[in-house]
Amino acid sequence: MFGFLLSFIPRAVSQGIPLMFGAVGETITEKSGNLNLGTAGIMYVGGICGVIGSFLYETRTGIENMNAFLGILIPLVCCLLGSLIMGLIYCFLTVTLRANQNVTGLAMTTFGVGFGNFFGGSLIKLSGADVPSIALSRTSQFFSAKLPFAKDLGWFGQIFLSYSFLAYTAVAMAIIASVVIFHTKLGLQLRAVGESPSTADAAGINVTRYKYFATCIGAMVSGLGGLYYVMDYASGVWSNDAFGDRGWLAIALVIFTIWRPAHSIWASILFGGLYILHIFIPSGTNLAIKELYQMAPYVVTIIVLIFTSLRNKRENQPPASLGLSYFREDR
Amino acid sequence: MDKQSPILELKHITKRFGNITANEDVSLEVYQGEILALLGENGSGKTTLMNAIAGIYYPEEGQIFVNGKEVSINSPKDAYDLGIGMIHQHFKLIDVLSAAENIVLGLKDKRRYDLKAAGAKIREICDKYGFDVDPNQKIYNMSVSQKQTVEIVKVLFRGADILILDEPTAVLTPQETEKLFNVLRNMKQDGKSIIIITHKLNEVLEISDRVAILRKGRYICDIKTSEADTQQLTDAMVGHAVTLNIERKVPVDPKDKIIVKNLTVRDSDGVEKLKNINFTARTGEILGIAGISGNGQKELLESIAGLQKIETGSILFVNEDGTEEELVGMDPKKITDMGITLSFVPEDRLGMGLVGNMDLADNMMLRSFRHGHGLFTDRKAPYELAEQVVKELEVNTPSIRTAVRKLSGGNVQKVLVGREIAAAPTVLMTAYAVRGLDINSSYIIYDLVNKQKARGVAVIYVGEDLDVLLELCDRILVLCDGQVSGELDGREADKQQVGLMMTRLGGAEHE
Repeated sequence: MFGFLLSFIPRAVSQGIPLMFGAVGETITEKSGNLNLGTAGIMYVGGICGVIGSFLYETRTGIENMNAFLGILIPLVCCLLGSLIMGLIYCFLTVTLRANQNVTGLAMTTFGVGFGNFFGGSLIKLSGADVPSIALSRTSQFFSAKLPFAKDLGWFGQIFLSYSFLAYTAVAMAIIASVVIFHTKLGLQLRAVGESPSTADAAGINVTRYKYFATCIGAMVSGLGGLYYVMDYASGVWSNDAFGDRGWLAIALVIFTIWRPAHSIWASILFGGLYILHIFIPSGTNLAIKELYQMAPYVVTIIVLIFTSLRNKRENQPPASLGLSYFREDR
Repeated sequence: MDKQSPILELKHITKRFGNITANEDVSLEVYQGEILALLGENGSGKTTLMNAIAGIYYPEEGQIFVNGKEVSINSPKDAYDLGIGMIHQHFKLIDVLSAAENIVLGLKDKRRYDLKAAGAKIREICDKYGFDVDPNQKIYNMSVSQKQTVEIVKVLFRGADILILDEPTAVLTPQETEKLFNVLRNMKQDGKSIIIITHKLNEVLEISDRVAILRKGRYICDIKTSEADTQQLTDAMVGHAVTLNIERKVPVDPKDKIIVKNLTVRDSDGVEKLKNINFTARTGEILGIAGISGNGQKELLESIAGLQKIETGSILFVNEDGTEEELVGMDPKKITDMGITLSFVPEDRLGMGLVGNMDLADNMMLRSFRHGHGLFTDRKAPYELAEQVVKELEVNTPSIRTAVRKLSGGNVQKVLVGREIAAAPTVLMTAYAVRGLDINSSYIIYDLVNKQKARGVAVIYVGEDLDVLLELCDRILVLCDGQVSGELDGREADKQQVGLMMTRLGGAEHE
């Protein structure tokens, strides 16, 4: 049993990290009242932009001459830029032009997935690989570098210290987001914008600015999830559509954690575990039930939704104006 | 006060929404240490004008001067910086936050985020003016009057010298209103200027120093309160002489129509909303239901209309021939099928009564959509009915095809009442029929209700303005905490007595 946990937990964690980024980013966004269903697309764009950056760097300099610092910085900046632009597009459409948030978000997801697959396909062609994927193994080595002494610490090292820097960044992001949202003036004002923009406006808070900033920061955080997935989890291998439904899982996580970023730390690891549970089905069972196992995170989310609406505690409800656009002179 | 220069001065303010002019060329002065009442009918532009001062709307034309200096108020923050604070009719508070969090919201001082310090300052303000606020209480746990207090403290916390209150008493009991007025007087003593928007003339006369009157977006005149009387104010507000008496004829041959026995209703959380209610509504009579809102009025009317799940008890409908029919367990469709015409004007006009995005004619059809032949509904009759309602009730609408959502509150109510009355009901139930309506529209509604009474309809009238209840109703049933606190004769009851019964069962002075 212990041996099983020892191999299961680290896999669940690395499966959960992209979800954690996505959920924290989406929570920040939703706290401003923007329901960004484009998160799935943004994570895709974050991933592919990182891939483009590192592909260009790898092919220009050659694998031998790559600098570890630049090898991390270039994909990171590309990823952040890509997801920032996605966040800006979303904000421009929904905040400035007051387009419907659901429609815009779904369009962003479709766009992001298409964008990723298009450039992914182009790069695969460029690299001339035989398989429909592109491997950035050197960059991946930089990204997945682990603490050198983790191996010597036995089970403790394996469960807690065997991850790359992005994984710890995700945890840090979740904690920082939680502190800022619930314990600072900035967070109070952000929550006010998401609960009731007209109230926030009457209190002298610049609603548009808060919505833009929260959504763009949220998008960049989410985008990192895509980068982590390609560079660390998938060992630098990009293949089209491999990212799958993780973006939606991240959105489900936001509901599961009842809009509390700190909870997404354990919750995303739980989801990650549920997501890969099917790998641990005892051999010999019918593989058709694998899909049923993969359903588990969504089932859990639905159960949480049922419980939070049954208990109907006001603090556990979504931001009151989530999904609504705001116009001061609306009558 | 006359020689003093005004603290706030508006000159030639004009505000338009598309092609609708809400304010036209309004000039107004406010002096230090005075309470100015702003009076006007629905849609006369009072709230719009105040919103322009509070930075919610930006006027197209005109100038605003504060302390003699011309200012440009582009946002609520600008208004706060100039010492202007507005308490909106729909409170601008965030339910899931505490009072203190709401009060410090949006403040841009350099100090650390410190709710304890804020709490101390809140208590200081409370002590000064006589408020009662717990800084740590969540807004969703508060009563309406408590929420209003938080709003006022919020404005004072920001150091406002000019306070604007938009219909502050609309949701308060007489006792709470009295408390609010005392606070306002304290603030006036302290040198603050207060602008209060209200429909209630007796309150204008009680609290204000000066009255400014708006009509159809234009400034009409200002009158010193000490020199004003109700009739004069009404005439100036409406623009022509209005009779202010509500007729109350002695009921003709009242017969029992609805008999409610031991009615108990629980909400979805299992809380008793109505406990053992007994009463009878009679034909040709107006039964008034008084009570602080949320004390079971809504549940009571919905029970009769067949919209509530009833725990125990019975509701009997008495037919012409004296036979009785049980209404418990029926839904609105079944009640209609039984040949009983119940008309219900619910509290939530656009939620339960009308569909905001549909036009007037289509809303009329909500009652008649089952008529017509075969596949198609009859669209002509509703259109004609809408035209008739618009004409008879003086509904102010661009056309029959205008979405109801775009009409002002008073006009929405007229459409709803008009439709319900057109159904020629045997029982008419109205909840807060005149809420948010100006005096002229209110009297039209009272008149309509009285006409139904004369037709022999059993009218159940849930109201909040005690003065009106006492003038209009033949009998008054007072609800308190879901129970019947007492039943009074409308001709003999007095306001104080009803007010006490609303707050305590039976109206006893002590617990």
